[in-house]
This record gives sequence, C-alpha cells and structure tokens, in this order.
Amino acid sequence: MNRLDKTFAALKSAGRKALIPYITAGDPHPDHTVALMHALVRGGADVIELGVPFSDPMADGPVIQLACERALAHGTGLWDILDMVAAFRRDDATTPVVLMGYLNPIETRGIEAFAERAREAGVDGVLIVDLAIEEAPDYLPALRKRGIDCIFLLAPTSPESRVRAVAHLASGYLYYVSLKGVTGAANLDIASVTAKLDEIRRHSELPVAVGFGIRDAASAQAVGRIADGVVVGSALVSEVERLQQQPEALPEVLQGRLQTLRQALDADGG
Amino acid sequence: MTYDYPDTRGHFGPYGGQFVAETLMEPLRALAAAYDALRKDPDFLRELDGDLRDYVGRPSPLYHAARLTRRWGGAQIWLKREDLNHTGAHKVNNTVGQALLAKHLGKTRIIAETGAGQHGVASATIAARLGLKCVVYMGAEDVERQSPNVYRMKLLGAEVVPVKSGTRTLKDAMNEALRDWVTNVDDTFYVIGTVAGPHPYPMLVRDFQSVIGREVIAQSRDKFGRLPDALVACVGGGSNAIGLFHPFIDHREVAMVGVEAGGRGVDTPEHAAPLSAGKPGVLHGNRTYIMADVNGQILPTHSISAGLDYPGVGPEHSWLKDSGRVEYVAVTDDEALAAFHELTRAEGIIPALESAHAFAHARKMAPALGPERHLVINLSGRGDKDIFTIARREGISL
Repeated sequence: MNRLDKTFAALKSAGRKALIPYITAGDPHPDHTVALMHALVRGGADVIELGVPFSDPMADGPVIQLACERALAHGTGLWDILDMVAAFRRDDATTPVVLMGYLNPIETRGIEAFAERAREAGVDGVLIVDLAIEEAPDYLPALRKRGIDCIFLLAPTSPESRVRAVAHLASGYLYYVSLKGVTGAANLDIASVTAKLDEIRRHSELPVAVGFGIRDAASAQAVGRIADGVVVGSALVSEVERLQQQPEALPEVLQGRLQTLRQALDADGG
Repeated sequence: MTYDYPDTRGHFGPYGGQFVAETLMEPLRALAAAYDALRKDPDFLRELDGDLRDYVGRPSPLYHAARLTRRWGGAQIWLKREDLNHTGAHKVNNTVGQALLAKHLGKTRIIAETGAGQHGVASATIAARLGLKCVVYMGAEDVERQSPNVYRMKLLGAEVVPVKSGTRTLKDAMNEALRDWVTNVDDTFYVIGTVAGPHPYPMLVRDFQSVIGREVIAQSRDKFGRLPDALVACVGGGSNAIGLFHPFIDHREVAMVGVEAGGRGVDTPEHAAPLSAGKPGVLHGNRTYIMADVNGQILPTHSISAGLDYPGVGPEHSWLKDSGRVEYVAVTDDEALAAFHELTRAEGIIPALESAHAFAHARKMAPALGPERHLVINLSGRGDKDIFTIARREGISL
C-alpha cells in the first residue's frame, strides 16, 4: 500500500474527507516551497498537489497562469521541483505528494528518467492535465512499475463510456473537474456534481476528489458532503499572489486558510 | 504505397494525437464524428464548393511570373494566387469549411486565435455571413503590430480580445481560445486557423486547405502539360503549405520545400523555426516539433512576420520532415524583406511577409533549375496588412 492508498483508507475508516491543497512549486520563489508544503500539512492537508509550472498552462485560469509566470521567472524546473519534494520528505514521510502539471516538461526529460527521479524523491502520484487516457499508455508503465499513481481527470463532458474507461486505467484517486471551465472559475453547481459522482461511483471503487471552483469554507463543505476529497487551488494561490512581496508571512496565512477549510469539512459529520 | 495519414486516433507517425484536458475529449470526439459524416455528404460538399466558388472566388489563378523568372534566371516561376481570395489570404478556405461544420453542429458562437490577423479576419468574415457571434483572441503584441486587421475584425462585428499572458503572441492567443472553448463548449465552435491543435483539427484544416494543391495539379496540366518540378511554401503552423503539398505527396517526382521563419538567424535564439532548430515535444494538443528549453518550457519566438511567429508547427509537417518527403529550410527576416520588395517591384504584387519567406527561398532554388523546370510558389496572402510594419522598420512614417 502506497502513501495515497493508506491516506484514503485511514480517512475512510475515520469517516473524514480528504483536504487537498494545490500550490505551484517555485511560487513566489523556489526557496519558499518546502516551507509552504509543511505549512499546508499543519493546516490539515491530507494530500498535497504540487504544481509544476508550465509556460502554456491552457487549462488554468489567470491566478495559476500568473503563479506559473512567477515560478518560471526564477527558473523553476522539473528537477528543482523533485529536489523540493525530496527536501519535504526529510521531515514528512507520510503526506502524499502529487505533482500536477502539463506533459511537455516531463516529455522533455523523458518519462523513464522522470519516473525514476520522482520515485527517489518520494512522489506518490502524477496528474498530467493534458494527458487523457488515449495517449496515456505510452507513459503509464514507467510510473506504475515504480509505484507512482497516474491520477486522471473526469469532467462534466465525460460520457459514461469514458468514465468506465478512465476508471479502468486509474489508480490512487479520481479527480472530478466540477465545471466546464478553467481553474479558479466560480460557477460550481452542486446538484450536477452530485449526479456525476453517482455515475463515477458505479464504475470505480477509487476515492473521488473534486476540484475547480472551490474557494471557501461553504463550497468546501458542500463538496465534502458528496466527494471523498476536496481540492483547493486558486483560492490559496491568490494568497501567494497577494503576499508575494512578504513571503515570510505566507506559511502562517496558508496554514490559517487551510484550517478554516479543514474545520468546515470536519464540522460536517466529521 | 499510398500516403494515408493520420490514423484513426490522429497520429502522423509519432506526431499529432490529442493532448488536451479531459473536458475537451468528448467535444473532440463529437467533432471528429461529425466531420467524418459530413466529408462524405454530397449536400455538405456541394454547399462547400459553392461557397468556395462564389464567396471566396475560387479557383485562384496559377500565374506565370515572367519578369521574376527572367530576373532569377532559371526555372519558370508560377505563383498560386491565394492573395486574390476574399479577405486576401488562404485562411478563408478553412474558415468557410469550419463555419459550415459549426452550422451543421448547431453552434451559435465561434471563437478563433489569430497571429497576423488573417485568420481572425477570415473567421469574422464568415461569422458575419452566417450570423454567428465571433470572438477572436489575439496576442496583445500582435494587436499592436497588426492594427489594420484588428479594425477589420471589429468592422465585421467580431469582438477582439487582446491576450496579455505569456509572450503576448499567437501561442498565448491559442491558449486563451482553448480556455474559452473549455468554458463555453456547449454553444461554441473553435475555429483553429492552422494545421495544429488536437485531432481532428490538423486533418480537417488540411482537408479544407487541400483545395490549393488540387487546383495546382489541374492548372499545371492545363498550363504546361504536366506537374510542377518543385513546390515552395512558407511554414508557420503550416496550413498554406500543407494545403499545397498534400495532394502532391504521392507524386514522388515533385520536390516540396517548406520555408520557416529564420528571424535573425536559426543560430540565434531569435527565430520561429522549430523544424529547422527545434525538437519534438507536446504543445497545444499535439506532439510535434517545438521550440522549448531544457525544462520543457516553450521559448519565445521572433519573426518579422506575425503569422509565422509560433513555436510549434502542424504535426503532419513533423512527420513529412522525418520521413524525408518534404525538405524544410529557414530564411531570415532580412531575406524575406528583400524578397518582399523584389516581388512588389518585379510583378506589381505586394505579398504578405509570411509568403515573402517562400519567395526568399525560391530565388535561391531557381537558378540551379533549368528554364524547362517549373517551380510553384504559394503566394498565401497579400501584404497590405504589413505595409505599416515595413515602413516602421525602414524608418518611414506614414
């Protein structure tokens, strides 16, 4: 059992929901990322999604686009990010880390070289936004044989036939994109998310996390009632943007934001 | 062996494919299925042919450039006059086709990305004619350097959105158009302007542009009794080139050369020539040659021509390069500019700066070919849009 499976199993037996924060590695500066990851854990994170910045983040809204630009301004590369994960692992052997980004930075290094270094660094999962199941067979074996989960997205536009096919290939957890749009959008519709989650669960035993459009305690709580995990990204990255000139204040602020979400999730039947 | 690409999943050898977020996979499947049905539908094809004839003004002439032929002192030079199409470039061949697809799919809104503005104008034009709402994404830098086309789009009723993220050029416009599409996928059709993007776009844009090459086959036989010896076209994303080349691929005796934007030189960082100086990667939904750094970040590009200023290229070109069927070269800004002036003075035709790249290379090829050889250059667009850029570069205030 890897760290992701253990985490979701423990949450399930405790009747709790996973809180999954996203931050972009290297934002506002590579020196701060490891400290921010630890702050997220103190704030109640169960899994950390660590964004790999990309010059052309076509599925991201303006908040994460700017985060990518800030990180890339400091030259944050894929190998630097694996070093950050390794540094995080020296003090935290249990919290799963999932890298989230786009294919080209991985493709450029080569999937085998990437997967090997990621395993050594202590990465548990990889979510490649522009890698749908059709093209995934070229990449999955290198990850799987090293025990790294490939996290796949499902979307409101995914018909049941795709849900079935994605469920068949997926491991770790499934990430349901709650709306048609980019990260940080605001048109979350709980009723339609509920219906789609029912459909997904007919085809998969895996935990289902929901992301895109969750910005505060109320939306986290609403999604927590129906999903196994709640992903919060742009709302946290907005704080990084706001405090980019005072990065020393960021760990406490992010920890605080996460604690609020944690309390909202736990208050609801816990 | 007959050339038959892409495969059913949109691959040209190792290139192409569908590298997009899950949200777009089903819309792409639906688009591919709809296109597959319509491409064989006689009513659709009749409507398309009618539009190309009566609205675009096809066939475009194959013109014998006698003075240029004499100046260059070699092969007979023929120009495929895509500059004479309605809206002044080859782009409209594709927007007419995709807009008909949008109509058949019941979409009420089209979006497009544009670099030089030619595809944006062609999209706005067809949207006006079909009564569709049209939003065009254009890099903020391109909005400045192509202001006449911005105004044309607005006159046609389109909304032009300047894109201020990233390098503020064509690639960023494409990112923003993809973001719009993922958000408004129910009522919106994304009219991609070049043979890039996820499958089926590289295939369907190629098919719509292939009218260029099909006409050249018939016109060559009519005017000089056989197929040309060589074809030359500029390559940014590569839609005018693939449109000319594709019908000739199985005619192995016809040489084909694609000309990329060498900017200040392919040995400098300031160019837009991924086939000449890049390597394979994944960008905008397909695997193809791109310009990226060691970390896989897409590099800024430079070309005097906004329409070629793109770090990727259509995946079919990557395959044609690797297979050796097409030769790809690059010419510099200065060479393109010299060719622009030469064509303007020698033939009374002001070419687009994009097309001028093809001329700059053809003039290097022509002398080595004898006068019994026939060389066809794709004059992909007219240069009215570029006169401000050229005047500024040459220190002339208009």
